[in-house]
Amino acid sequence: MRTLLLKSLFARPVTIKRLAPDEIALEEVGRALEARTRRLFGRSITIREVDAGSCNGCELEIHALNNAIYDVERFGIRFAASPRHADVLLVTGPVTRNMKIALERTYAATPDPKWVVAVGDCGCGCGVFEGSYAVIGAVDKVIPVDLHIRGCPPRPIDLLRGLVALMDGATRRAHNPR
Amino acid sequence: MQDVTIASLLSRFSPLAHHKPWPRYEVDAETWVRIGKALAAGEGDLLALWGEPKAVHMALRVASAKPCVISLAVAKRQFPSIGIHHLPAIRLERTIRDLYGLRPTGAQDERPWLDHGVWGVSAPLGPRTRTEPAVATGYAFRPVHGEGLHQIPVGPVHAGIIEPGHFRFTANGETVARLEERLGYVHKGAESLLSGAAIEKAGRIVARLSGDSTVALSFAFARAVEAALDIVVPTRAQVLRGVMAELERIANHFGDVGAICNDAAFALIHAHCGIFRESVLAATDQAFGHRLMMDVIVPGGVARDIEADGAGALIAMLDNVAPGFSEIVRLYDDTPSLQDRTCATGVVSRELVRKWAAGGHVGRASGRNFDSRRDLAYAPYDGVAFDVPVFEAGDVDARVWVRIREVEASMRMLRTWLAALPGGPLRTEMPTATDTHEGIAVVEAFRGDVLVWIRLAADGTVARCHVRDPSWFQWPLLEAAIENNIVADFPLCNKSFNCSYSGHDL
Repeated sequence: MRTLLLKSLFARPVTIKRLAPDEIALEEVGRALEARTRRLFGRSITIREVDAGSCNGCELEIHALNNAIYDVERFGIRFAASPRHADVLLVTGPVTRNMKIALERTYAATPDPKWVVAVGDCGCGCGVFEGSYAVIGAVDKVIPVDLHIRGCPPRPIDLLRGLVALMDGATRRAHNPR
Repeated sequence: MQDVTIASLLSRFSPLAHHKPWPRYEVDAETWVRIGKALAAGEGDLLALWGEPKAVHMALRVASAKPCVISLAVAKRQFPSIGIHHLPAIRLERTIRDLYGLRPTGAQDERPWLDHGVWGVSAPLGPRTRTEPAVATGYAFRPVHGEGLHQIPVGPVHAGIIEPGHFRFTANGETVARLEERLGYVHKGAESLLSGAAIEKAGRIVARLSGDSTVALSFAFARAVEAALDIVVPTRAQVLRGVMAELERIANHFGDVGAICNDAAFALIHAHCGIFRESVLAATDQAFGHRLMMDVIVPGGVARDIEADGAGALIAMLDNVAPGFSEIVRLYDDTPSLQDRTCATGVVSRELVRKWAAGGHVGRASGRNFDSRRDLAYAPYDGVAFDVPVFEAGDVDARVWVRIREVEASMRMLRTWLAALPGGPLRTEMPTATDTHEGIAVVEAFRGDVLVWIRLAADGTVARCHVRDPSWFQWPLLEAAIENNIVADFPLCNKSFNCSYSGHDL
């Protein structure tokens, strides 16, 4: 292990910075996000992820935000284990009837001010599960949604871009409360 | 495994002509029960048990005969329970009852399984669907008696970025006396959506039943349709399917090895495995235009070709990742504090994995030498030699090692295929259906064998489709694995299984 740690000490970071278009976007996204998060929440926002019926595809890509390549924490975004610690609920769907109560309770347990982001084609619409007896559908049919990030599943870079858009919306709302 | 009883029982029946490639027999209730008892006696593996409005079916694997499907016509919405003889059938029968309203007679566990009381209908797929008020029903967890016991309810919303399900622990201090699972939270009514769907739409639904296994699910669906319609897939498409299936396997195994170590608070391996996984996904994106390779495998072949520089990008990725992975494997092997957590933790016995016919790393870590790529061989695996690692200890450590060795075997297979991709067409035209056709296929997903059974109607649409995720026969064993372990080791055990919630709940 010592050799490995020593190597890591001298190796260049694997975290992507620039070059390919997506990577540039990520860098831009990160910087923009950081400035706005600072203004709103001091230095950070905390996200609670809720799977309300997803196939787990979206979860895999949300997970990827935490890896060393995207390293979302460097932008002040972190994931929490409890909704009581969260500013943002990141919800995937389609919301199943069997998950409705759990989603409503998770929303109720999240302190104000809070924002909800619906993730994925199923969370934003109903995806391929439209018309099933077991499915309610889009997240906004159960709780109010501030932002939709589409994709099946959305790439990690799309998720990051989406969170910036949320910060824009949140800033406006903080200045002009509804 | 002896199959004297099952083979002789079935010799009295002749298989239906339109079911392929395995024979399907329509049997009487007595034979149905005797086969159930033979399964309980260890004469075969129960691969699936599913319903439709007026029949129930079982897929079996027996040692010296072809695998087969047994069907029983259902009278008065009842069928004799297999679960009273062969325990792995219990949850499957509870599901048949929830979805179809068919009652397994003699069954002792009459609690619903997927139906939580809030669908607004009962028996949504059955012959008699009734509208019901949507009221969440309580669930009677099994009582646990004893001094000093307390319960810990966990879920359905979990602490991590994972799927929902409920775990009810009964603990004595730190030690788990019993775990009972309650699943069904992500039930999306897939079977109802598949009935009557066009093949293309059905394929898109099946690809989204468990996102981590989307390639394997599409692969199994495509092969079931191809079996039903006698379609021969072009060689290039076959090899590309194998490439995608192995890429999915290594990506998931990287993720799992990292996550298991992370649950033992060893973040270093997690960080490196996260990079490996991301490298695979970036390369698959470059080669196939989608990080998870969704909807690329379709009945008849593949929907798109690999990018011109795709094979090169994938080989470069393998060259890049392989040395780092060996180093991480060495680190895992050389770190006693980590192995202190994984060794002898969450042991599953050989008897249990055999009885449940548990596939994937769960079975192979407990001595069950089965891999559908080899034992129910299909293209392109019938043309390559590969290792099927089997371990005996049955603990978290053994499940880690199965994954490590499988990654190595998959990488070798990938290199062989990518070095010489065959040319030729990508897809065979679908013939026009004129009659009812049925097909079945099993594909080895990263977590075990996925089974898809399909009936195509004369108009070419899907009449019925049943998908059985490997998790059905792994979830129950997790309850056994955690017994007498400490509560704090549950995440470790759970991650070492990595069962699917969505694939199970369907």
